Amino acid sequence: MTNLPTPTPTVVLIAPDQQPLLSRLTSSFAMFRNGKSITGLVILGAFTLVAIFGDVLAPYGPLDKDYAALRQPPTWQHWLGTTHMGEDVLSQIIYGTRGVLIVGFLSGVIATVIAVAVGVTAGYMGGWKSESLSAVTNVFLVLPGLPLMIIVASQYESPSLLLVAAVLAITGWAWGARVLRAQTMSLRNRDFVQAARANGESLFRIITVEMLPNLVAIIASSFVGTVIAAVLGLTTLAFIGVIPITNLNWGTILFWAQQNGAFPDYWWWYVPAGLCIALLGMALSLINFGIDEYVNPHLRSAGERARALRKKNLKPNSTATVVRTDASPTS
Amino acid sequence: MRFFVRRAVFYLFTAWAAITINFLLPRMMKGDPVSAYLAKNQGKISPEAADSIRILFGLDEDRSWPEQYIDYWQLLFSGDLGRSFSKGLAPVADVISVALPWTVGLVGIATVLSFFIGTSLGAFIGWRRGSKADVLVPISTFFSTVPYFWMGLITIAFFSSTLGWFPASHAYDKSGRPGFTLDFITQVIQHGTLPALTIVLASLGGWILGMRNMMVTVLDEDYVTVAEAKGLRPRRVLIAYAARNAVLPQLSSFALSLGFIVGGTLVMELVFSYPGVGKLLLDATNAKDYPLMQGLFLVITLAVLVANILADIAYAILDPRTRQMES
Repeated sequence: MTNLPTPTPTVVLIAPDQQPLLSRLTSSFAMFRNGKSITGLVILGAFTLVAIFGDVLAPYGPLDKDYAALRQPPTWQHWLGTTHMGEDVLSQIIYGTRGVLIVGFLSGVIATVIAVAVGVTAGYMGGWKSESLSAVTNVFLVLPGLPLMIIVASQYESPSLLLVAAVLAITGWAWGARVLRAQTMSLRNRDFVQAARANGESLFRIITVEMLPNLVAIIASSFVGTVIAAVLGLTTLAFIGVIPITNLNWGTILFWAQQNGAFPDYWWWYVPAGLCIALLGMALSLINFGIDEYVNPHLRSAGERARALRKKNLKPNSTATVVRTDASPTS
Repeated sequence: MRFFVRRAVFYLFTAWAAITINFLLPRMMKGDPVSAYLAKNQGKISPEAADSIRILFGLDEDRSWPEQYIDYWQLLFSGDLGRSFSKGLAPVADVISVALPWTVGLVGIATVLSFFIGTSLGAFIGWRRGSKADVLVPISTFFSTVPYFWMGLITIAFFSSTLGWFPASHAYDKSGRPGFTLDFITQVIQHGTLPALTIVLASLGGWILGMRNMMVTVLDEDYVTVAEAKGLRPRRVLIAYAARNAVLPQLSSFALSLGFIVGGTLVMELVFSYPGVGKLLLDATNAKDYPLMQGLFLVITLAVLVANILADIAYAILDPRTRQMES
């Protein structure tokens, strides 16, 4: 799969050691400075706040039982209704946010570290080392992740959060490594890297100082991608019931709803948790759209240019012909 | 030829890796539920069946790892995947072969459908960039971030329980008899529509987005402008010039994400009680039926590999460059 014509994204090259520190710092956040990324970051920030201040925000404890209100639709006492045991669904969702975010980010960090280590090494090295690392990456891409997760997780009586995150990371790093390898290979032969090598800079310095700044956008996007996959993986595993119910997250709520016959009548029990997963996934996808547009300027300008052409009553897809007939004096 | 040799080597390597992972997993496992099971059911299980389970799970203390590894391969080549604990000690291979056609049919058809619909929609949205069609991108992204199983539950609640249009579970009616009769085929289609629809909806977003982004990039290429300047009909430029080239990376990412898609769709079978390998795997997990779990992982991985080979062949047909390297 090494000889595929993967589109090489045009990366804005940052020359190190030429700008003051502050502007270098702000320029490394440039990929987030667009409407889509900011919207995504705001939603993500809201979820993070909920996760941190869950104890203060939640009106009840997640497992507090109110036997006077069983399977109640939303009321003023219970904004999102109650479960079959009289537990407050809203409180469960607020407490569940923490588990989802911790596992998601932990798994994203582990996967990104593996992806950068394998991808950049495979891209910088040549020959059989690169080929064998790339083969390992492809094996992990092809192996179906979820069955593997189910089998590994089911070997343990009560897997810890760290173990769950690690399993999700092991099945999720390969895509990032593949993209990073392609980008590193294209960077390797650029002039500034050649110059650094000619200057006799050490391998470590070439990789960390010359190359990594130009890979930041791709690393960020692969991190966000892994977090999305990890959140989906975690909630799926919890829904199936291979993750112990003591680890409260949105998937566990759906597991209980499914086990206790919430479908299809008690909508307040299962709709909010699923919407939260979708909203978080949407926020992370929006961040990635922003990064994509930063990396590939075609995507950013395509819509705007087409709209501008339409305003002038030109069809964006047949500019050449339309302009010619319009300009001809006989018509 | 070089392309095909490289791919063949890759697939052999991946198959070997999957089988070896399957060999190693139970040996890294803590505790030993399998030998406890064997001790408990000593009279019921035949000596040969107990032997093959011991080889599969590495319970032969007096044999070294390399010897165990060779035994394991011999067992696989004779088609013996052990006995299923939860299915009355039926051979695992038989249990799986009953479930596999259902999954291959449902997931295969739904995934291919989703790829074609998503790619066509993506090509269209990329072509009409900046128009109202762009709205489809966030909508389909929303659908693709929703967990498969949740979307399945919602479609059941809506189309089955509320509207009563489709049956909510199983692959055919309880009274139905499998066979090539018109009645049975109608039942299968009725039962399969809802799960297939959910899989298509849930995986559509990725294809739309990928194709749209590739189209937008390709449409900026000079050869597209030249084609337009030549006065070719827009339809021809769209299909034969832009989409023709934009679909190549799309197809290679299809091949690579198959493992991911198949994983997600397996949970769907649980939601719809569809009698395929996904439901079997989850049942086996709950019943701690380790031989069946091991066998299923192996079969699922090999099935994904076969699907990958098919996608690769399609790629080689579409991209002449892979064939030119033969010289």
